[in-house]
Amino acid sequence: MKDTLIKIFKALDTLDRRIIFVFIALAVIIPLEFPVNFDFSVTAPVKGFYDTIDSLPSGSKVLVSCDYDPGSMPELYPMNLSVLQQLFKKNIKVICTQLWPAGSPIAERALNQVGIEEYHKKYGEDFVNLGFKEGREVVMVSMGNSIPQTFPRDYHGNKVEEIPVMHGVTNFKDLAMIINISGGMPGTKEWVLQVQSRFHIRLASGCTAVSAPEFYPYFQSGQLVGLLGGMKGAAEYEKLVGVQGLGRRGMDAQSVSHLVVFLFIIVGNIAYFALGGKKKRLKV
Amino acid sequence: MRREVPLLICFLAGVFFIMSYFVPHYRVTNISQMANQWAIIVIAFAYVLGVANIARINFHIIQKKDKDWAYKIILVSGLVFMVLLGIGWGIKEGTVFYWFFYNAYYPMQATMFSLLAFFIASAAFRAFRVRTWESALLAVTAVLVMVGRVPIGEHIWKSFPDLTEWIMNVPQLAAKRAIMIGAALGAISTGLKVLTGLERTYLGGE
Repeated sequence: MKDTLIKIFKALDTLDRRIIFVFIALAVIIPLEFPVNFDFSVTAPVKGFYDTIDSLPSGSKVLVSCDYDPGSMPELYPMNLSVLQQLFKKNIKVICTQLWPAGSPIAERALNQVGIEEYHKKYGEDFVNLGFKEGREVVMVSMGNSIPQTFPRDYHGNKVEEIPVMHGVTNFKDLAMIINISGGMPGTKEWVLQVQSRFHIRLASGCTAVSAPEFYPYFQSGQLVGLLGGMKGAAEYEKLVGVQGLGRRGMDAQSVSHLVVFLFIIVGNIAYFALGGKKKRLKV
Repeated sequence: MRREVPLLICFLAGVFFIMSYFVPHYRVTNISQMANQWAIIVIAFAYVLGVANIARINFHIIQKKDKDWAYKIILVSGLVFMVLLGIGWGIKEGTVFYWFFYNAYYPMQATMFSLLAFFIASAAFRAFRVRTWESALLAVTAVLVMVGRVPIGEHIWKSFPDLTEWIMNVPQLAAKRAIMIGAALGAISTGLKVLTGLERTYLGGE
């Protein structure tokens, strides 16, 4: 009996990672096929994000910088859609830019999906996509002096000075706030360092879950008015906006997969201690 | 003069841009804006340099039939194909480029990042072993944040999200802020060394 238990614990201690992969795959697929729709509360950083946009008067102009690529789309595209939904619902004008080259088609798709198909907004009058510009922080600082000079033409090749929504917009002083959807660098940190601290404009961020801890100090200090962290942040935000989006649908899968990882950690430690822990391994 | 001139340019440019941060006078703003436009143009040329470098390295591997040379043919072909599509027919919705972007590039890149979920689970299983007090603290904190950040945590215990938020807002934030301040002081020190010419690695050859 004892030998059998030792064999079992040894097997658990050195579990083939392919078994873990199978459990994770099942933990993601099954909840997506059979959703449970766990309810959840909204945290303060997400509430701050939502409330700041909610406080803007109708007709305000907001810069949305979609700085991400397809790799982080599962986390960031849901919040990108929800941000546009709240902005268009409040009749806020959207000026969209990208600092990542692969972000342009994604931003264009989001604007068409929400702006044109859902809210029947008109390109040029209610929103504009200025497209991608390489230069990272240089572009951010340059926009602080003159947005039309930095982006003389939009994504479709139209002259920016002829676009109605850009009339009266010279630099950040003419904008109500900046919303940055960030997949990495350049992203929220660079917007805080180069733009918020220099031009003192309201800045909110939606970022990947792995980056979110880094931006909590900025939220606490007030440099960020709101923070959406990962798919959970997107789901909380969708709850506030009132949409059943991709973020909320992914929560079941994320819940179960986190629980599976937690159980594996417990099993691994039980096996570790059952085999004598550190002391016995040092003796061997 | 080969070293002194670049060092002088670096010093003057650095001092000017530091000054432009604090001086809002329109003459300073105009010059810094012009310099920013130049920088954007020069940075854009880095793409040309990057593509040329990729082509040079991979053509060399293909020519010599080194390891994985067949994959390099696919890489270069994909690069040339997408560049020609974009330049020739545009990149907007409805174009062939757009189709390949959403039906090939997007799924492939999303898949590569999705693999991380599996490797993280496997790494967590092996890494979070309670060998010492420090590793116990790490494991317990990781589990609390991992479970508290998903809806199921709130169903297990109603105050789980509050505990997770406290961990994020107090100990995590304090440590992160300390690291950020340390890194910023290091960046200031490095920047001053570059501006004053004490750090010359960017010149090469020394």
